[in-house]
Amino acid sequence: MELITLGPDAEGLATHRQRLGPLPGMPADQLIAELEASGLLGRGGAGFPVGRKWRSVAERSSGGAVVLANGAEGEPLSLKDRSLMAGRPHLVIDGALLAARAVGADDIIFYVGTEHRAAEAALRGALAERPADVRGRARIVQAPAGYVTGEESAAVHFVDSGDARPTTTPPRPFERGVRGRPTLVQNVESLALAALIARRGHAWYRSLGRGQAHGMGLITVSGAVSHAGVQEIELGSSLADVAAAAGGLRGDVEAVLLGGYFGGWALADEQWRMPLEPHTMRAQGLAFGCGVVHFLAARTCGVEATARIMAYLASQSARQCGPCLFGLGAIAAANRRLAGKTPQADDLERLIRWSGQLAGRGGCRHPDGAVGLLQSALTVFADDFAAHQRRRCLTIAEPARVAVA
Amino acid sequence: MGETLRIDRIRCDGHGLCAELLPELIGLDDWGYPIFKAVAVPAHLMEHARRAVDACPVLALRLARPASETAPTTRVTAKT
Repeated sequence: MELITLGPDAEGLATHRQRLGPLPGMPADQLIAELEASGLLGRGGAGFPVGRKWRSVAERSSGGAVVLANGAEGEPLSLKDRSLMAGRPHLVIDGALLAARAVGADDIIFYVGTEHRAAEAALRGALAERPADVRGRARIVQAPAGYVTGEESAAVHFVDSGDARPTTTPPRPFERGVRGRPTLVQNVESLALAALIARRGHAWYRSLGRGQAHGMGLITVSGAVSHAGVQEIELGSSLADVAAAAGGLRGDVEAVLLGGYFGGWALADEQWRMPLEPHTMRAQGLAFGCGVVHFLAARTCGVEATARIMAYLASQSARQCGPCLFGLGAIAAANRRLAGKTPQADDLERLIRWSGQLAGRGGCRHPDGAVGLLQSALTVFADDFAAHQRRRCLTIAEPARVAVA
Repeated sequence: MGETLRIDRIRCDGHGLCAELLPELIGLDDWGYPIFKAVAVPAHLMEHARRAVDACPVLALRLARPASETAPTTRVTAKT
């Protein structure tokens, strides 16, 4: 296991060094080239190429850039970032140090979700083991709880001013971020993988993966499986593989939520052998996102499960932009009425219409993610939504089990 | 290249004057916030577009040259 530890304790510096050796001292250009050649995509959700992101910050930096290691992990169904930070903090720190060297940064911020106590303690302990020149450049900032506080402009905004709401872009953080400096906002798993690629080379990373896929990563498996939790997988693994590694399914499963609340629902049968891999998934209108895989038990109503997610996402709007604030609020209310089989006459029709109207109409992509999930629900649970509009439910009633933080 | 409409969504308060002055390009959603039918402003609507920009009470609407934004984007979802 490269990214997850088996024991409960954080890996110390001595073990870390013994296992992986020292960080290679390759120059910035070569480091970025390795990452580009590796094909590594960001693991915070957006899936942007990591090498290209580093290059875009490096091009704008004259030595005073900022690296913001993003461990906010506000996604309710995701645990992988906090597990990584709690277990292998030195690997995350390595990645941040490499990033700082590559982009010319003298300020490293570990932005860690305030509720991720073990992760923060591990990072703090790990930093204390590092030499003064590292400690002097690095600091930990607690990210406030919430879904959008990890959005990159929100993270920068919070570090600068204590307000974790997204800001109008452009400029994006890579152009003008913390204190106006070019800022690399990079998910902590992406940084950890970068630290492995720097040591072993892009060819090593590309040699991993199943089928046509390259690479590896962390996912969080939940729902109707025997052993929910974080898994380290080779990209290209299937739902069948993931379910097996989780000790098998508990009962029948009809649908699976992929990529988190900004991802979407898919029919489990249809996608059972699909490679979990960003490119393939994107081509099919799905999202690898932050690696969430949630199996929905067949006895659970998809309309209800979606209503809970939409209620959560509406509650997490930063309440700055009308389409997000009012649109998501209205969507959540209509979905709730439908789930409760007490719809207004045109609730389903309005849900369908609104689901096509909100994308691209917020300061950040919160509404886009929310309606993306809704659209997938309207497709995957189409019959169920239609039944609910007629005050019926196709599922044998049992409360949904999607965990909402 | 002609100019394109840009809007600061955080600033926009849904006054709706823009849709009144430029209905060819701007409609409103159920809550009164603008939906662009197109952002590229054709020459014959330029005057109306300028008027819509000037009328916005919170200065959320503006005209920009498309080339002014070349940012590589990480905007598939909100989190990175």
